[in-house]
Amino acid sequence: MFNSLPILSILIWLPIIGGLFVLAAKKVSVGAVRWLSLIIALATLAVSIVLMRGFDNSQYAMQFYEHTPWIEVFNIYYALGVDGISVPLILLTTVITVLVIIAGWEIARERIAEYLAAFLILEGLMIGVFCALDAILFYIFFEGMLIPMFLIIGMWGGPRRVYATIKFFLYTFFGSVFLLIALIYLYLNSGTFEIAALQLTPFSENQQLFLFLAFFIAFAVKIPMWPVHTWLPDAHVEAPTGGSVVLAAIMLKVGGYGFLRFSIPITPYASNQLAYLVIAVSLIAVVYIGFVALAQRDMKKLIAYSSIAHMGFVTLGFFVIFKLATSNSSYSELALQGGMVQMISHGFISGAMFLCVGVLYDRMHSRQIADYGGVVNTMPKFATFFVIFAMANAGLPGTSGFVGEFMVILASFKANVWFAFLAATTLILGAAYTLWMVKRVVFGEVGNDEVAKLKDLNGREFFCLLVLAILVLWIGLWPAPLIEMMDASVSHLLYQAQQTNLPL
Amino acid sequence: MKALCLTIVLAPLIASMLAGLFGRVIGRSGSHWVTILGVAISFFLSLLVFKQVIFDQVSHTSIDIYQWLVVGDLSFKIGFLIDPLTVTMMLVVTFVSLMVHIYTIGYMHNDPGYQRFFSYISLFTFSMLMLVMANNFLQLFFGWEAVGLVSYLLIGFWYTRESAIFANMKAFLVNRVGDFGFLLGIGAVLAVFNTLDYESVFSQAPLINTQTFAITENIHWPVMTVICLLLFVGAMGKSAQVPLHVWLPDSMEGPTPISALIHAATMVTAGIFMVARMSPLFELSDTALNVILIIGAITAFFMGLVGIVQNDIKRVVAYSTLSQLGYMTVALGASAYSIAIFHLFTHAFFKALLFLGAGSVIVALHHEQDMRNMGGLRKYMPITYWTALIGTLALIGFPGFSGFFSKDSIIEAVYHSNLPAAEFAYWLVLAGVFVTAFYSFRLLFLVFHGESRMDAHTKEHLKESPKVITIPLILLAIPSVFAGLFIGSFVFGDYFAQSIFVAEHHQAVAELKEHYHGIGSFISHAFQGYAVYLAFAGIICAWFLYLKQPQLAESLKQKLQIPYNVLLNKYGIDELYQMLFAAGSRKIGAFCDSFGDRLLIDGLVVNGSANIVNWFSSKVRGIQTGYLYDYAFVMIIGLMILLGGLFLQ
Repeated sequence: MFNSLPILSILIWLPIIGGLFVLAAKKVSVGAVRWLSLIIALATLAVSIVLMRGFDNSQYAMQFYEHTPWIEVFNIYYALGVDGISVPLILLTTVITVLVIIAGWEIARERIAEYLAAFLILEGLMIGVFCALDAILFYIFFEGMLIPMFLIIGMWGGPRRVYATIKFFLYTFFGSVFLLIALIYLYLNSGTFEIAALQLTPFSENQQLFLFLAFFIAFAVKIPMWPVHTWLPDAHVEAPTGGSVVLAAIMLKVGGYGFLRFSIPITPYASNQLAYLVIAVSLIAVVYIGFVALAQRDMKKLIAYSSIAHMGFVTLGFFVIFKLATSNSSYSELALQGGMVQMISHGFISGAMFLCVGVLYDRMHSRQIADYGGVVNTMPKFATFFVIFAMANAGLPGTSGFVGEFMVILASFKANVWFAFLAATTLILGAAYTLWMVKRVVFGEVGNDEVAKLKDLNGREFFCLLVLAILVLWIGLWPAPLIEMMDASVSHLLYQAQQTNLPL
Repeated sequence: MKALCLTIVLAPLIASMLAGLFGRVIGRSGSHWVTILGVAISFFLSLLVFKQVIFDQVSHTSIDIYQWLVVGDLSFKIGFLIDPLTVTMMLVVTFVSLMVHIYTIGYMHNDPGYQRFFSYISLFTFSMLMLVMANNFLQLFFGWEAVGLVSYLLIGFWYTRESAIFANMKAFLVNRVGDFGFLLGIGAVLAVFNTLDYESVFSQAPLINTQTFAITENIHWPVMTVICLLLFVGAMGKSAQVPLHVWLPDSMEGPTPISALIHAATMVTAGIFMVARMSPLFELSDTALNVILIIGAITAFFMGLVGIVQNDIKRVVAYSTLSQLGYMTVALGASAYSIAIFHLFTHAFFKALLFLGAGSVIVALHHEQDMRNMGGLRKYMPITYWTALIGTLALIGFPGFSGFFSKDSIIEAVYHSNLPAAEFAYWLVLAGVFVTAFYSFRLLFLVFHGESRMDAHTKEHLKESPKVITIPLILLAIPSVFAGLFIGSFVFGDYFAQSIFVAEHHQAVAELKEHYHGIGSFISHAFQGYAVYLAFAGIICAWFLYLKQPQLAESLKQKLQIPYNVLLNKYGIDELYQMLFAAGSRKIGAFCDSFGDRLLIDGLVVNGSANIVNWFSSKVRGIQTGYLYDYAFVMIIGLMILLGGLFLQ
């Protein structure tokens, strides 16, 4: 019954247009702004659930296909569709946005309409990235996403927000310029911007290497990978809570998604040739960034670095497949699936961690670890959640944080013992930086008078963290449904990765 | 059977949830009743399973519960394996846990975190059951880390104490080092066998024994050696073997009931259980077994020595646990898995008894743990004293007590082992017997005999602990005496025949079996060896030094300053690790942060390129003066150059 509706367009435009309405509702009352935003976010979530229910797991082909000519001169289409790789990311986006709206209920006292509208518009743009089938459409959403985030950090951010926003903008812009060049180059050589067609177009070895590197720069900055990661900690530190949550939980995933949509299927030969480079950089991210995280004094910075280390597993999983023999395709699938699970799981865990820091920040206006101590004495409920998410961040089995890492490490072991060896150091490093933070913030005697005055979670905060905790535990205890959703698409992607796409 | 197993596992979990989430609603007594009920259900149903396994001939059942995930040909399941080894562990875990639950009512009755504590120990019981009942490596790892989590929560139970929250982090991190190896071991198992199910792994093991792993291009190791060594690293973390033992003594910061349950009877023996469970793999690598022998023997002897100089009553017992875990490990190395499990079994009772006895003393003395402030408690606390005496006699392997059978078998098994490392191990475990007897009786004498050294106020109020404490002591004392009698079926019968595999060329247990002619002859045979006499010697030395001539102990301490201090500082290993790993990795982190990220990437590349643009633009800006004559001047020069060029052509 829903097949006739342009469900993906609704998913994209409902929050964007809704966001504009929220701006208009500013004149009515603050309450109207809040409730309207929440209703729009919930409606989008509901639509995404309809999408999930209607999605057919058994096919890898794009579903809910929409195709309208847009700029016909350049063969550009407004083409949308989803497969098993995009659906979970869309669900992640809609769930997180609802939580961000709820969490932002009272956070932004000034210009709340603009604040909430920015998140709704951002949501629409991010969903657009995950369902665009036309490269130019993808690029527009990809770039457009930057604007609301830029505003969110720039307007509601901390004291060094100007430095952080410019760094954030220039860094990602630097990356996307290469993406644009690559896309134009692709068009000039194939006459189409349709991603599926590009995936079928053969390119010579040198063309592929060039294209791969251009993609790589764009997506590596986004994910971010070492050594182009330094914008992330600054952006997180300055961003308001909601901004950090969306940034970590969803925006970083766009980079990983790009690898799966562009790099691997369009340039499989080059991906294979340069896989060692990506793997090396991913492993550096896990080990080096793990150590850097250990040295952080600011909670948000620590979690930001931890994000980079965790995203290292994503790229490791995606590219270790090229180091596995074709006879081991189950392991390749394990690696790809592991990377995907890691993306989803990291979305929930990092989102929760940033929400937790936000809860503390709202009360004490400090992110410095040293300003806290003994929070458990005054905020036992908060402490419980914080420990749960910290354990998930440290990859404890039974939480979603374990699943992706486990899959990637197991697959890497098959490829090369030393990949697994370096990746598995996260077991020690991840636990070390996370639990050391927990020890200093949550446990101990009440650190100071400020901590003594802390009030425990209110209903809204409790609800947001509870939802995330349930999701984290659910994926940890029973990841099978998530894996099944992605299965057919991942198998197909693997098939594409095993081609060369070289001209005959 | 499926429903039965699920109930056994889930009853403590549900109880834990109730006590943890609704602790305030159901109150203190509600919490302890619900959790005790949960664990009691598990215990009695475990008995039922035991009966089925032993008498109803359902001795090897694998039950799948659900599919965790499937990718390609690889599938990961959650399920149970029920066999004699599992059911033995289930009984030990649920019985000790039940005793500890009851004991806790008395021990923690004034604590504000009462409900939380019950919730944690029930959660622990659930996790430990998941671990021992697993039929695959994934679930094993889940249980493995879950018990680590609960251990972390319980060591740091009194979260305002700096020492406790340091100890729990240390415990978790050191365990993670072990888990790092363990996870890689699981990776190796999957890479080789393409499955994580015990049954198919074990059945394929002999077939792939000739394969090798490429460690580097030129170095190839036999797969079994790699797998077993990696898995054993996990066991070293969990079962606190040197050099990953450092967390266990510090874990004594937790409340005493959990020291008994987690850090003596059950969780720390998970490593021993795991190796025994993996006997079909370990039997195929003599290299791994030699390593196990050496590590175990070093732990057994050298950790026992440290126990001699400790003054904190719980720490003495903790070092004793380390040493006994070393004995179990040695037994594993000698391919005497059944004996290792047997020692695990007897040790669970007498060590839990000793810990709970220590706890009884600690409560009576208002949380005093220093033995120098004790003494003469025998008169005031007779039940605690007699049960502690039983525990001690069992620990030192006094003939007839449970520990005697298990420990003597270990020593004999090592003697008969034909591995190269066995001789080294043999002398260490033999010498360890003297050490064990010495520190155990030193504790007993310092605490219960001699004159009372506590202050007058404490002394006045001294009395025996309440029934909720003494009844578990008595109930644990019974198996501490008699559990040894099972040796006939456990070790020399075919009780474990289905669970444990021993290769034909590892003859130790088979030889012992040949010489076994019943309990009586086992005891009398022991008098022909050294161990019994060493134990007696240990008792006498302790008696002489701490009761007869206490001043002699003091002067010995003066004379043997250097070795005494080495032991007192636990060989300096803690300080070394603190410097090398804790401070070291913080330094690396700070260096990477300030040099790598901030100076190199941000300073040089990111801001550097911004600065270059700035610098360039500032120079170029100079050209753009805005004055017409400047531009005109440049135009004229340009024109001249252009014309000059044309002219020259």
